[in-house]
Amino acid sequence: MTERPRLAVVGAGPAGLAAALTAAARGVRVLLVDAADQAGGQFYRQPAAGLGARRPHAPHHRWRTWERLRTGLERHRAAGRITHLTDHHVWCVAGESGSGGFTVYALRGPGQEEGVTVRADAVLLATGGYERVLPFPGWTLPGVVTAGGAQAMLKGQLVLPGRTAVVAGTGPLLLPVATGLAAAGAQVAALVESAGPAALSRRLPALAAQPGTLAEGAGYAARLLRHGVRVLPRHTVLAAHGTERLEAVTVAALDRTGRPRPGTARRVRCDTLAVGHGLLPHTDLAETLGCALSGTAVRVDAEQRTDVPGVWAAGEATGVGGATLALAEGRIAGQSAAARLYGTAPDPRRWAAADRTRARARAFAAALDSVYAPPAGWAERLPDETVVCRCEEVTAGRVCEAVGTLGAGDARTVKLLTRAGMGWCQGRMCGPAVAGLTGCPLDPGRRPFARPVPLGVLAGLPDTE
Amino acid sequence: MNPLEPTRARPGPAHTATFDGRPLRALPGQTVAAALWAAGVTAWRGTRGTGAPRGVFCGIGVCFDCLVTVNDRPGQRACLVPVRPGDVIRTQRGTGRDDD
Ligand SMILES: Cc1cc2nc3c(=O)[nH]c(=O)nc-3n(C[C@H](O)[C@H](O)[C@H](O)COP(=O)(O)OP(=O)(O)OC[C@H]3O[C@@H](n4cnc5c(N)ncnc54)[C@H](O)[C@@H]3O)c2cc1C
Ligand code: FES
Repeated sequence: MTERPRLAVVGAGPAGLAAALTAAARGVRVLLVDAADQAGGQFYRQPAAGLGARRPHAPHHRWRTWERLRTGLERHRAAGRITHLTDHHVWCVAGESGSGGFTVYALRGPGQEEGVTVRADAVLLATGGYERVLPFPGWTLPGVVTAGGAQAMLKGQLVLPGRTAVVAGTGPLLLPVATGLAAAGAQVAALVESAGPAALSRRLPALAAQPGTLAEGAGYAARLLRHGVRVLPRHTVLAAHGTERLEAVTVAALDRTGRPRPGTARRVRCDTLAVGHGLLPHTDLAETLGCALSGTAVRVDAEQRTDVPGVWAAGEATGVGGATLALAEGRIAGQSAAARLYGTAPDPRRWAAADRTRARARAFAAALDSVYAPPAGWAERLPDETVVCRCEEVTAGRVCEAVGTLGAGDARTVKLLTRAGMGWCQGRMCGPAVAGLTGCPLDPGRRPFARPVPLGVLAGLPDTE
Repeated sequence: MNPLEPTRARPGPAHTATFDGRPLRALPGQTVAAALWAAGVTAWRGTRGTGAPRGVFCGIGVCFDCLVTVNDRPGQRACLVPVRPGDVIRTQRGTGRDDD
């Protein structure tokens, strides 16, 4: 080969960065494409450059890993081995018939109006995930934000939405969010977690296999204590209250079956509710390419290959498991892609360490997944008038009516009858709720594009037929 | 405490835009959503259906709840778009297309 093979890596979070550095070190020309203006993804999100943070690592731990990734990226960029396209929102990746190559279609800039196309011999999808939030009365009030969103605004923009926060829902993300908000000066009135401490201890063997993460959890617990944050395990937020914005939430204890215990509801005053019920993988680009999914995640083999030749995937797009897992998967994917782009079969022994980390982290994620669950029966308790689809303002009552009276048998028909999932977010926000209400499996998509595309950009594309 | 403190941030000089006709201070690099949060504003959209107030929800460009009108262009995601000096930012009502 006279020219170096080109690999497009979509996503510059832990997975994409690890993959890009690994592939670049093996002689591959890497195009690293990300919507953000700086590398880092969610876990290593950096404060905007203009904010002049002098100790940007204050909200982070595991800082040394980030330093290595950052300096590695700089070195490869300077040497021309990696081109980092920041502020590029990818809306579609398409295989080229004949050549076996790929075209990456992106929109440039925060306004996302200018179309850009990039060619590559192979693609690696490291697009991460987004938060799942199950609806409850009042969840559309200003001041109610996703837990990860509050964290992202704090890490990237150094701002808080209010003074007094409740952090609620379920999942390991709630801990760093609560400590982050408290450290930044918010008064965190409570951390409301629907999982109970007993569930956690039952899973202890699997959890203990990942000692680093447990220690991290203990570190968070100590910090919560120091900030005087009240932790309420096996509790849930039943409703958010306010008119123009959030003023309070109702919190209740859950019984052992996960249902609210009568007589335990009480109000907690707050102007911020950071809420989340776990993460979901971004699979849209993979789906358009025709990659098979496994559940809600992109399906990959031991080398992190999807079932479409030339397409790899790593990180939370292939299953939610945190930054350590994303890094390991990225390393494996980068090595596999580099070898295969040079026409050789990779030697798995060369990633034995990453493989062990991956196996441990996946087992850990599976154990966490069985512990952290939204409260049982949340869908049945949802009042009819609660908005489920935030974009199209479709209520729970209308979704249930579509199934009950109108006889819709799948998520797509519910969508056509009610417009739930037809708005700007393309069902990303309401999908899990509609699935819970209707009993239909969460249908991750059939979204034509990963981003809304301006008509002018579509019209300006060359005819490829 | 101020959330800039833990990182010992020393931002460059703030610039000024307007929000619904009032001056809005923004630090360099701040998005519209961040500048509005820092000014104590959490809602800048009224929904198409019921006119209910909305602001940031996902914070990462996925949910489209934070849509706002910037320099007469509606439908901008406030959590992604940086404030530029002199920007005229307005609450978006509905699609923002029939604003006068
Ligand atoms: C909002 C949010 C906040 C989080 N905060 C924390 C936290 O504080 N602590 C923690 O332990 N875990 C956090 N997580 C979990 C986090 O997802 C993992 O820890 C880790 O970042 C996953 O790494 P990744 O590389 O798979 O994906 P990510 O880190 O999510 O990186 C994916 C990257 O892909 C880019 N991308 C996605 N789609 C496109 C596209 N179409 N075009 C261009 N670029 C695209 C994104 O801009 C992003 O930079 C958070 C998750 C979310 C959703
Ligand atoms: S807050 Fe979700 S898109 Fe801006």
